[in-house]
Amino acid sequence: MAIVETWSLTRRFDALVAVDALTVAVQAGEVFGLVGPNGAGKTTVIKMLVTLLPPSSGTAQVAGYDIVRQASQVRRVIGYVPQALSADATLTGYENLLIFARLYDIPRAEREDRIRSALDYMGLADSAHKLVRTYSGGMIRRLEIAQSMLHRPPVLFLDEPTVGLDPVARQSVWGRIGEMRRDYETTIILTTHYMEEADSLCSRVAIMHLGRVAAIGSPAQLKASIGEGATLDEVFVHYTGGEMEEGGGYREAERTRRTTRRLG
Amino acid sequence: MPDLIASLAGFARKTMTIAELEVRKLRHEPVDIFSRAVQPALWLLIFGQVFTRVPGIPTGGLPYISFLTPGILAQSVLFIAIFYGIAIIWERDLGITYKFLASPTPREALVLGKALAAGLRGLLQAVIIYALAALLGVALNLSPVDLLGVVAAILLGATIFSTFSLIIAALAKTREAFMGISQLLIFPLFFASNAIFPIALMPPWLQVVSRLNPLSYQVDALRALMLVGGTSVYGLGVDFGVLLGLSAVLVFVGGRMYPRVAM
Repeated sequence: MAIVETWSLTRRFDALVAVDALTVAVQAGEVFGLVGPNGAGKTTVIKMLVTLLPPSSGTAQVAGYDIVRQASQVRRVIGYVPQALSADATLTGYENLLIFARLYDIPRAEREDRIRSALDYMGLADSAHKLVRTYSGGMIRRLEIAQSMLHRPPVLFLDEPTVGLDPVARQSVWGRIGEMRRDYETTIILTTHYMEEADSLCSRVAIMHLGRVAAIGSPAQLKASIGEGATLDEVFVHYTGGEMEEGGGYREAERTRRTTRRLG
Repeated sequence: MPDLIASLAGFARKTMTIAELEVRKLRHEPVDIFSRAVQPALWLLIFGQVFTRVPGIPTGGLPYISFLTPGILAQSVLFIAIFYGIAIIWERDLGITYKFLASPTPREALVLGKALAAGLRGLLQAVIIYALAALLGVALNLSPVDLLGVVAAILLGATIFSTFSLIIAALAKTREAFMGISQLLIFPLFFASNAIFPIALMPPWLQVVSRLNPLSYQVDALRALMLVGGTSVYGLGVDFGVLLGLSAVLVFVGGRMYPRVAM
């Protein structure tokens, strides 16, 4: 059963077509990866699906709800971790979770239990009452994933979950994503430009290039499609032309750098 | 009907959650509150002390320093609120805004919660200004009902200007553009009002501008409620009507505009 489905989903920014008639279906329980170079349109797809950005044309449904007409229902059934660091550094980890527990209408009786188990699950119990400013990059990401999972959403969107993290922190985030899929049967849609991330986490991958899907399939299928013994990196280069990055622009670069710097 | 009540209760709960979030942040960084108290103190001590010596300012029988005190309170609330948009852009740049907008929180509750937090900062300023004014010999009206009126006037003024600021932030989108626009607006808003001079002293064109300026209605209400012997020029009904009506309109418009910050 498709839990997220798009039909000719399109978004233009003035003359630029950031997402060009995307039609894709994600099945319940999948970890679905959107990969591609900067400016390929991955983040724009996510922003439309989480109701932050209206599409220019086309439609999409999340858990059966239309992303434009039923935006507030969509918001109840999704979790979302944006690319930029979204935990509030001037609050403690516990406070960050408390605020979202309230915004997602988790009943008062369950709230403390839910927060405690989220902190335990993400290995943050000891730092719960420290300011997030003192957290490491990996801890911040795990806290953000905890925030987005408090209300146990059936669909979770992770935009570049490991950008700027060191290999150890990246491994720990991957571990949690895998566990969540197993323990809660969460459908996960993530974007990444790390091919090894897509390879180890995703059941299926769509390679995006200039707003379109250039190839789609399981990592094994994609590798087989260009020849024996190919790596996913080679698949990536094959389908995106391997040209110098042309997208992104100053603001995106600035944002990625700032995120990286804050992750330290 | 029960649906309506439940959704209003939900709205109030979300609004309070957002306001509480801001207060918790403030509690972690209390220095800000004190640094913000310096400016109103200078206005009262320097401007107030000097102009008190100028005869013939038609203050309605009040010493000038008394006349000035409500104006400075309104001004310090204005200064806190009008730069609120910078925090909105900052939170967008950090990524915080995206997660709030993707949560099932009514946009108006996000906007009103932030406005309420600006109002709470304004109330902290009020405590400091009341203390300073008492030291300077201003005869303050401490009747509990009137104090409640002062609280309401501060919260409404903060709602108007912080939401106005949020709308500017949603249009400007970058910190640079936002700061440019805010700097352009803040002094006209302050000077073209009855905050430091009676409107009667102004040339006719400026009188018109002052009457269109919501700050004048806030100051008018504060003058009637804060001071022993203070009177309202427009009437408290008009003052609060204007403040409440404009707050409601701006929160509604702000709720529509806020998502643009993240686009």
